[in-house]
Amino acid sequence: MKKLNSILAVAIFSLIMVSCGNNNESKRSGGAMSSNVAEKVYVAPGEHDEYYAFLSGGYSGNLTVYGLPSGRMLKEIPVFSQFPTNGYGYSEETTPMLETSFGFIPWGDAHHPDISQTNGELDGRWVFINENNTPRIARISLEYFETEEIIEIPHSAGNHSSSFVTENTEYVVAGTRFSVPYPQEDIAIDQMKGNFKGPLTFIAVDENGGMSIDFQLKMPGFNYDLSHPGRGDSHGWFFFTTYNTEEAHTLQEVNASQNDKDFIAAVNWKKIQEYVRNGGGEEIDANYAHNVFNHSTQTATTTMMNKVLTVDPRDVEGAVFFMPTPKSPHGCDVDPSGEYIIGNGKLSTDLTIHSFSKMLKAIENKDFDGDAYGIPVLNFDATLAGVVKDGGLGPLHTEFDDKGNAYTTFFISSEVVKWKLGTWEVLDRQPSFYSVGHNMIPGGNSRKPDGKYMVSLNKITKDRYLPTGPELEHSAQLYDISGEKMELLLDFPTHGEPHYAAGIHADKIKANSKKIYRLDENKHEHATLNESETRVERNGNEVHVYMTMVRSHFAPDNIEGIKVGDKVYFHVTNLEQDFDVPHGFAMIGANNSELLIMPGQTKTTTWEPTKVGVWPFYCTDFCSALHQEMQGYIRVSPKGSSQELKWSLD
Amino acid sequence: MKSTLITMLMFALVFTGCKDNQQSSETTESSTSITETSSSNKGQAFIEDENAEPNALQLAIKSSDHTTLVAAVQAAEVENALVNVGPLSVFAPTNAAFDKLPEGTLDDLLKPENKEKLAQILINHVAPGNYPIETLRKNVEKGRTLYMASGEYLQVTQEGEDIYVGGTKIVGSIKVSNGWVHVIENIILPKQ
Repeated sequence: MKKLNSILAVAIFSLIMVSCGNNNESKRSGGAMSSNVAEKVYVAPGEHDEYYAFLSGGYSGNLTVYGLPSGRMLKEIPVFSQFPTNGYGYSEETTPMLETSFGFIPWGDAHHPDISQTNGELDGRWVFINENNTPRIARISLEYFETEEIIEIPHSAGNHSSSFVTENTEYVVAGTRFSVPYPQEDIAIDQMKGNFKGPLTFIAVDENGGMSIDFQLKMPGFNYDLSHPGRGDSHGWFFFTTYNTEEAHTLQEVNASQNDKDFIAAVNWKKIQEYVRNGGGEEIDANYAHNVFNHSTQTATTTMMNKVLTVDPRDVEGAVFFMPTPKSPHGCDVDPSGEYIIGNGKLSTDLTIHSFSKMLKAIENKDFDGDAYGIPVLNFDATLAGVVKDGGLGPLHTEFDDKGNAYTTFFISSEVVKWKLGTWEVLDRQPSFYSVGHNMIPGGNSRKPDGKYMVSLNKITKDRYLPTGPELEHSAQLYDISGEKMELLLDFPTHGEPHYAAGIHADKIKANSKKIYRLDENKHEHATLNESETRVERNGNEVHVYMTMVRSHFAPDNIEGIKVGDKVYFHVTNLEQDFDVPHGFAMIGANNSELLIMPGQTKTTTWEPTKVGVWPFYCTDFCSALHQEMQGYIRVSPKGSSQELKWSLD
Repeated sequence: MKSTLITMLMFALVFTGCKDNQQSSETTESSTSITETSSSNKGQAFIEDENAEPNALQLAIKSSDHTTLVAAVQAAEVENALVNVGPLSVFAPTNAAFDKLPEGTLDDLLKPENKEKLAQILINHVAPGNYPIETLRKNVEKGRTLYMASGEYLQVTQEGEDIYVGGTKIVGSIKVSNGWVHVIENIILPKQ
């Protein structure tokens, strides 16, 4: 033990940058040797989890951050929805983030988070997530854990086969699930067949994360359900499942299930990229918002865009093919090697696995089975690598470990099934509680998955937790997948509907997470960087209050000369420069939300007083021992009053 | 240069923390196999943050005029109180101020059995509030006393341009992340 201690001391000394938590390793392996399930998910008070998990918040429009294996929720990041907790979508700085060509949309349906990659491995820079309802893609910084950019996808609807990234984050894709007239026009709904289109949008991502639509592939009007990029040898390709190749516009639950097989669309994006770089494609009218949050000015701006480059897939020889896939496939998953493309036929009991190398051969041999709207359909047998027989009922999604195994979720039979790549034999099955949708293995969409844990994201909760009335949160389950058999470790509720999740080892993010916003980098237009600059200015009926906050007062904290009918802008700067010392700002009768302002940040809210009197404002976050004293008053005089503006802190 | 120094001091601090921690785990080893305390369980004084402004404790640690004060803070184990969100105004006696105490007093106070007494003296130098020098000046104008964490009230007075707290002159003031540090030349002993 003495010796162990001295070894530990040396280790601690040399790894002092990593902090004392270095002892985790020995502790964890001790825990894993035990058969005690509770110990495997126990993260002692003050210890950190091993993985970050980013769960889509579904119709909450947000992204939630969890720690694994504990299942503790660490943060909710607002993305497509207003968030009164910190004023996102309410503050003057952030309302542009929710602008679209349809106007201000305060809500969204978030679906598939995916983490940026370099050389086919997760790099922990950003997480992307799509909004299904009003088609948009967001990019969230994993330094600030904040939404930095949202781009609207024009000419699309039901933005579902999104927002998956390629091996070097060259592109994030956004595919259309509800085909629509392209561009939109006033036609009879029953004219759908042949007239609607299902555009697949390729958004280029620059080295700073900046998104721009590179091109839009004008595909036939099928429903493009899910997608995943090729990797390794298949890097340069993207695969999309389709359903409703029947092009039914009504009672789809029957009419879209008539064909025995739909397709997986294989798109050679490198070829199309080259085509558009050489001037290919046609620029057409479009109308979409591009919203960017600038960390320097701490302010978002909206730019309305009016053109998009569209490419007809038939114009690029050898760029797009269809692979027939049985029974309305849902999930479209590519194994870590990039060789196998798995189509999860959601009305089937079987999984169809296509081989990338066989696909290339079939293309070379022109082994076609006709075409669909001029796009070659490959012979089913020519690309088929194998079938997983009788896996279960209603396969939806497949993830992979680092040992050549795949894990598929079955919605109807409510289970997760482990099977072997190459032999297609079923190795294990475990029930999920209940009706699992997606599953997630950290590093799942990459060359290097981490085969320690799997999370199932379940659609039905029912009796899993203490009852909380008819409306329930969804539920996730954590499995240990390090052994031959999967072992259920933990249940935890999730916020909104977690359609999908992305997981990553904490070491890839932890050290980059910011602690404060630096005041010396605050270039906000209305920042007040010290108390001596605080002031109140009137411009007609607009009043601008340049206010600061620091433990434990506002400056100024007494303001007179505000009148009924004024519009008051509070530009509030938190002067703190210490980790985790936020202040809140709330004004009685303000018709929006409070502001939560972190050290070094400036935020703006508005208030239109309607009642004469003396009205308090206060700090909403218990910031300090004198938090209760952190309060001020504003005197509101009648409209037309001669009361002069004055302000003080005395 | 400044940040390097702070970083080095922080390392030293964290290292001390880990060592202490190991000792404690050694003593409890027999009852539980693993009792290592994670860094976040040792308290806020041990969070590393190279980007933030230094807090009152970090400032005192890097001042060569305050080595006695820092030693006393460590002996009394009140480090975490000095890095708390506060806000705090710390009246920091210099080494010379401690030297003015009757011979043997300090050594006596640093003994483990006098930990509480020492802590009481130290917190008599901390006002729970944000008091820049201008606010203290205003205290004089308005006749406001200064409430100290020890529970006592100190008089704030002015002679010429100089501000005195509890009878001792403030010779320098530094803004820190959790309030203010005012350097003083005498120990302010509690009346109780």
